[in-house]
Order: sequence, then structure tokens, then C-alpha cells
Amino acid sequence: MGNVIALDGILGVGQLKARQDADGGCSSFQCGSSAGADDLPPEVWEKVKNHPCYSEEAHHYFARMHVAVAPACNIQCNYCNRKYDCSNESRPGVVSEKLTPEQAVKKVLAVAAEVPQLSVVGIAGPGDSLGAGARNTFKTFDLIRERLPDVKLCLSTNGLALPDHVETIKKLDVDHVTITINMVDPEIGAKIYPWIYADGERHHGIEAARILHERQMLGLEMCVAAGILVKINSVMIPGINDEHLVEVNRWVKQRGAFLHNIMPLISDPAHGTHFGLTGQRGPTAQELKVLQDQVAGGGTKLMRHCRQCRADAVGMLGEDRGHEFTAEKVAAMDPVVDDEARRTYREHVDAERAERRVSKAAALAEVIEQAPEEKAILIAVATKGGERINEHFGHAREFQIYEVGPKGVGFVGHRRVDQYCAGGEGEADALDTTLNAINDCVAVFVAKIGGCPKKKLEAHGIESVDQFAFEYIEESALTYFKDYVVRKGQGTAADRSGFDAVIRQGAFTGQRA
Amino acid sequence: MAMTIDADSCTACGACEAECPTNSISMKKSAYAIDAASCTECAGAAKKPKCAAVCPSDCITKA
Repeated sequence: MGNVIALDGILGVGQLKARQDADGGCSSFQCGSSAGADDLPPEVWEKVKNHPCYSEEAHHYFARMHVAVAPACNIQCNYCNRKYDCSNESRPGVVSEKLTPEQAVKKVLAVAAEVPQLSVVGIAGPGDSLGAGARNTFKTFDLIRERLPDVKLCLSTNGLALPDHVETIKKLDVDHVTITINMVDPEIGAKIYPWIYADGERHHGIEAARILHERQMLGLEMCVAAGILVKINSVMIPGINDEHLVEVNRWVKQRGAFLHNIMPLISDPAHGTHFGLTGQRGPTAQELKVLQDQVAGGGTKLMRHCRQCRADAVGMLGEDRGHEFTAEKVAAMDPVVDDEARRTYREHVDAERAERRVSKAAALAEVIEQAPEEKAILIAVATKGGERINEHFGHAREFQIYEVGPKGVGFVGHRRVDQYCAGGEGEADALDTTLNAINDCVAVFVAKIGGCPKKKLEAHGIESVDQFAFEYIEESALTYFKDYVVRKGQGTAADRSGFDAVIRQGAFTGQRA
Repeated sequence: MAMTIDADSCTACGACEAECPTNSISMKKSAYAIDAASCTECAGAAKKPKCAAVCPSDCITKA
């Protein structure tokens, strides 16, 4: 089953029960993409609540898949090439096999039959979804709509061709459009885009960036006017557009973008991209967080749980079950989609999420009462979904980072690591990667951890916590924080403010044996 | 007078096929190929051949 949350794990009666000793009320400190039912207009909440990319809460419960039907691209970006693929590669723009629209629809049906959590089908490339006249993209959406009307459709584009297609996008009932916008100043754009192709010609340099910028803004405005939710993706490139992204954020906020997702540059030299080959570095974890915190708030929400998925990813965010659904395997399947199971799953999740809001508020009220002035801390969590601490330390492929303090619990991001326990034996190198990845955290929450890594973490100043195994993340974090404040007062708990962490480059597939 | 595609570098993305004003580009085995008989190098349709301008792999040249 991979690491999709087992349905019985979520639907189990005992586990569904949440602590209910609260007055209720929402006190989420960072609206961010963690915005919930109480913060959004009902019609918008309805659109985003089950979309793992648009709702941070939903990404614990729902799965997405990308179908790679759009190989052609109309611009060149210095951080991208699409020639390289291996099983350990995970970047946007990389796929293992391209699909025809007919193959894509069969794959969607096969996944829907296996994974009832599937709520979203997106087209993100591997080129531009609107490249080459967008023919494959629209044909695929048409076919999916016929067969699976309850699935949400979304697409991701660089925006160059977007103004030409907004009408069709609206007509096909595509609710969510992502535009990658890395600049609003063509001089900066010229350092990111060597060329674009528009109106039958290749344009270079500042002129290319100016055309791209104008079309991006026009496309964004047209989508917002048409009632389509727009997410902006920005790649943070230190020394080129890192400070400039504050300006980008201002522009997209003004134009009504729903969500802004700032992602770290991926630039491993082995990928052969221009930035990879010229030694352009990506940001550190704290550099990324500082920028995200700076632009958070205002009308546009900030996404922090992006996994920079491949254009053919399948499953919950953070995992990729693509290898189970190759064209060859799908061709041999005869999928039967159980609409009833899919609906039941959505209803249970709705109920569970409502209960959770109450129990989170209760836990927070206690913290505010006991430690109103205390500084927030970061914790790392090993989870495989369902908003629970339910992963073994050694099996974790990533840790989710939460900030917890008197203002509440906020999701900060995820950090990829190597699996420490690959074949039953712990591996020292993998442990070092983990230490680097969570170096700014006070504690790591796990379902279970071995004695050896526990000691190493301790020597490093990071506490491993397994007392909340299988409990909910946010409530546990608040309970821990109360205790942490007491221990810090006694001088027995570490203060790790000022530490930074490393963002892992390259290989990650989220696949499990 | 015609354009040609280097099959080894072609990633079969299809960007050129969508641009060709004379429908001279089609899929052959694992890469695209240009029909030299009907290719006009975009004479009368664009300043430069569109297929070469859009190709992300820069693998289309004059034959």
C-alpha cells in the first residue's frame, strides 16, 4: 500500500474520537495555506478543502496525481531541463514516460480505483501545460470530466500562453491554475530566462522577459476575473531574485492571487541545468523561512508544504507511487472506480477535520494561559499522513517541520532526508543528512526510534520524542511546548534559536519498498 | 530547401509539430522528422523557421 494512509487507520472509530474539552474558536496564528473553513468564503473553501496543494490541512488527507501529457515548452528556464530522468530523480519538469490523452485517462481511472484519497488531477508538464497549443492538456481534461466528474482539475503553466486559453480553462471547469512567476522586473528575468517563444518567434534577453512578464500579469488578472483560483509558484534563487520575491509577492497580492508558493532552487550539477553547471546555489532552510515569514499575511496566502513534485507524481504529497502505474502496467489493468468508497472517505475526513478544530483550540488555550510570552520553537515530525505522528524515525523519507509557541502551531515546511533504516540496519551517513536537515529543531517527534540514533540526536542537542506515538501532531506539539517551557526554566531543555538547516538537493522519490 | 531534425537530440516534445505552417512535421519512430518535400523553411509565414525557434533542444537546422 505504500505510505498512503490506511483507510481503516482514519476511519477506525477509536481513532476518530478527538478530545472535546474545549470552547472552540479558531486561533491559528499563521493563516497561510492552513486557512480553514472559518477563514474563507464558503464557495472558496468548497474549492480548496480537498485539494492537497491549496489547503495545507487537506494535504494530510488527500492525494493528487499529475499526468505527463504536455512535453512541449515555449520558454527556457535556467533551472530546468527535461532531458534527464532516473528513478531517484524528482524535480518538476522530469517524467519517466509521456502519455497520450487516452493513456492518461486510463491511468487516472486506475489510480482512482486503487487510491480513494485521490481528489485532484493536474497537468504540469513535463513541458508547459499550455505549450504546443495546449491540445493534449484540454483533450485530457475533457476525457477525465466525462469519466470522473467529482475529481478536481488543475494545471500549471509559465503563463506565456495563458491569456489565449483562459476562456477554455473556464469552460472545462478547471478550478485551479498555477503560474510560475519568478520576477516582475525584466532585467532580473533576463538572468533567469535565456529565451522565450511567442508569436512565431524566439525572443532573447530583456525583451523576452518583458513579454513573459506582461503575459503573466494579464493571465493572472484574467483568471481572477473569471473566478479561477490562482496559485503563484516562485523559485527562490539566492543573489538573483531572493529579495525581489517580496516585490513579486506584492504584485500578485494586488492582482488577487489566492496562494503564493515560494520554493527553493534545485540546482544539483548532475542535473545539467544552467544553474546547476554554473554553481548557482539554492537557499538554506532558514533563508527560505525568513523570506516566507516576511511575505506571509495580507490577502494572498502562503504555501509552505510544496514538495516540488515530478510532472508524473502519484499519491499523497511527499510520496510517489508512479512506479505502480506505468503505461505498461496501466494498459494491463481493468480499473473499476468505486464512487461510493470515494464519497465515504471524503465525508469521514470532513467530520474528522471539524472535530480537530475543537481539540486544537483547547490545547492552545492551555499554552496561552501558562506561557504567554515564550518564544516559539521548531519541531520535526515523522508522519505518513492523517495529521498524526505515525512514522518510525528510521523509515522517514522526510520530516515535517512545525513552529509551536503561544501563538499556536504553524506548518513551516518539510525536509527531505535519506531513509536511515533502509534494510533493517541504520546507516550513519543517512543520520548525518537527517541531523543537517532538522538542525534548527528542538525535538523530533516519532512513532518509534532506535537507541543508537536517539543517543546521536541527543548528543547533537535534539531531543527525540516518542511519547506521542500515533497521536495528532498539533495537539501533541502544544502539550510538548508547555512541558518544554517548564524545563527550559529549570535549565534542562535546549534553546536552538540561531541554528540553520540544509535543504536537501536532488534524489528523492518517496517510494517505499 | 528544408529543415531537418537531429533525431539523437530530439526529445519528441512536439513543440515544432504544433508550429509548422505546412504540416510537414510528424512523429517517426522515437523522434520527429520533417518532410523535405513540403517544408518551405517558413517562407512567407515567418521571418525565420518557426520549428527551429521553438525547439527547446535546439536540434533543428537547415538541411
